[in-house]
Amino acid sequence: MTPRPTVWRKLLSSLFVGFCALSVLVALVPLAFILFYVINEGISSLNLDFFTKMPKPVGETGGGMANAIVGTLIVTGLGSLFAVPIGILSGVYMSEYAGTRFASLVRFAADTLNGVPSIVVGVFVYGIAVLPFKQFSALAGGLALGVMMIPIIARTTEELLLLVPGTMREGALALGATRSRAVFSVVLPAALPGIITGVVLALARIAGETAPLLFTAFSNRFFTTQLTQPIATLTVMVFTYAISPYRDWHRQAWAGALVLVTIVLVCSLLARYATRRLESIQSM
Amino acid sequence: MAGGAGRTRRTGDLGFRLGTGAFALVLVLIVCAIGFELTRQSMLSIEKFGLNFWRTEVWDPVAGQFGALPFIWGTLYSSILALALATPIALGIAVFISELCPNFLRQPLVFLTELLAAIPSIVYGLWGIFVLVPFVRALESGMPQALRSLPIFSGPPLGVGMLAAGLILAVMVIPFTSSVAREVLKSVPGAQREGAYALGATRFEAIRAALFYARTGIIGAIMLGFGRALGETMAVTMVIGNNPRISASLFAPQYTMAAVLANEFTEADTELYLNALIEIGLVLFIITLIVNSMSRVLIWSMARGASTAPVVEPVQPPTVEEAA
Repeated sequence: MTPRPTVWRKLLSSLFVGFCALSVLVALVPLAFILFYVINEGISSLNLDFFTKMPKPVGETGGGMANAIVGTLIVTGLGSLFAVPIGILSGVYMSEYAGTRFASLVRFAADTLNGVPSIVVGVFVYGIAVLPFKQFSALAGGLALGVMMIPIIARTTEELLLLVPGTMREGALALGATRSRAVFSVVLPAALPGIITGVVLALARIAGETAPLLFTAFSNRFFTTQLTQPIATLTVMVFTYAISPYRDWHRQAWAGALVLVTIVLVCSLLARYATRRLESIQSM
Repeated sequence: MAGGAGRTRRTGDLGFRLGTGAFALVLVLIVCAIGFELTRQSMLSIEKFGLNFWRTEVWDPVAGQFGALPFIWGTLYSSILALALATPIALGIAVFISELCPNFLRQPLVFLTELLAAIPSIVYGLWGIFVLVPFVRALESGMPQALRSLPIFSGPPLGVGMLAAGLILAVMVIPFTSSVAREVLKSVPGAQREGAYALGATRFEAIRAALFYARTGIIGAIMLGFGRALGETMAVTMVIGNNPRISASLFAPQYTMAAVLANEFTEADTELYLNALIEIGLVLFIITLIVNSMSRVLIWSMARGASTAPVVEPVQPPTVEEAA
């Protein structure tokens, strides 16, 4: 095989570098477009009414999504109520007994669960928490979101615990601490800021989920805090409004989208800031 | 004394292990429960239709006819289309961030691409309906007549349809594929690139050697993106047109497995209808399970450095590594 001329090889190389740079731009263009439209359309529609008023009857303009905002808080809160303990403790198990077969199995289960489409989680929870009671409920919605949160929290906890220097654990053990004492008094506190960041990120991601709520929490045009009743959430409300034929509802859907994106953006920035600080503390 | 203390410590440790293990077991049980529950709830449809469920293409709930082929078709078509669009771009981003870009740009670019993954699916869908779909419609009506006669561009320019779904899915999949590909590239030994450069390779040739070395993990990254695309629900539901009819056309409104669940689940008025929908959920679960497990295995084997298959390029890697 005769070698290709150098000019050709250099040209190909430049083309490749150009392509890679271009790909970054190609991916950033939709991001910029989405953020632009959400902010642009959202800001002009977002007002105090959106946060404080209830939805108006179909066809009337005005009103807000107060019930849906409270609903999102309730359902996300319910989800984290059982996802946080399960997630963190199974993360502890995976890092403490990292080499065992069962830990690998749990890790595999966590990754599998993480990859299960959110709509399938909805169908599953419908089967175990809606069908038997013949009732959509905030509890079922919380359960669906919790199932989605567990693997995220578990894997984050595991990763962060493994980052804690082994000398800290060994020091505690050498002082005569039991394993649980070493974990709960030394290792876990050292990783706690990172774990909290991870939980906040998981919460932000989960608060934006729609598919698992469609037939678990369902929706509700009225204000409710009853956990056994169907409850409105921001995401499902945005969905209903977006596919409706009413202009005013479209306006409110954009406002809802702006609120959702703001939550995600603020949490991501906070998490980034927190991890930066953590890194600078650890490097001191 | 020592014995007594040792015993309490041992029982204490055992308690700790069992306690945390019990919580970890919950994770495993949930995965099993999903499979079990979905199977149990779809028995009616499985028994009645058997394999014909997946071979017939008439979906008519009113007449009690349930054929799920259009949804399988739509799911595969949209995901493969998204993958074809997203993979080159995602790999380009991964290479740019890990190999080419100046240091000060790296963190911001990582942050921005991750933001793409953090935007809720429903927001993509909303943007899809009001911005992307009109754009696609304009694109479709502007297409020259000669091309319109091809089967993949046939049909009226509606805007909603396979093309819009593929585009929005591609954007959503890019961050997943690129972030895994970036991790995988990071695990390629520096000696690979140095060796290539030492042999006089251009930048492209050196990176190609690194990509070739990392091929197992790269394929894993692509499959992970595929798994995401298969199960994506809201954004696709809002732009694909929701029409259970198999078509090769990019312009045709079609349907996916996830979308039919989102749209029709609460409308299922008969037991059989509900069971048929849950069976679609079951198959979606199984497909994503297989795709994700395969991608995990590939990425893990890469991370463990198990891909010890002979590296063709640069010529003799062992000597290069020893020299380094």
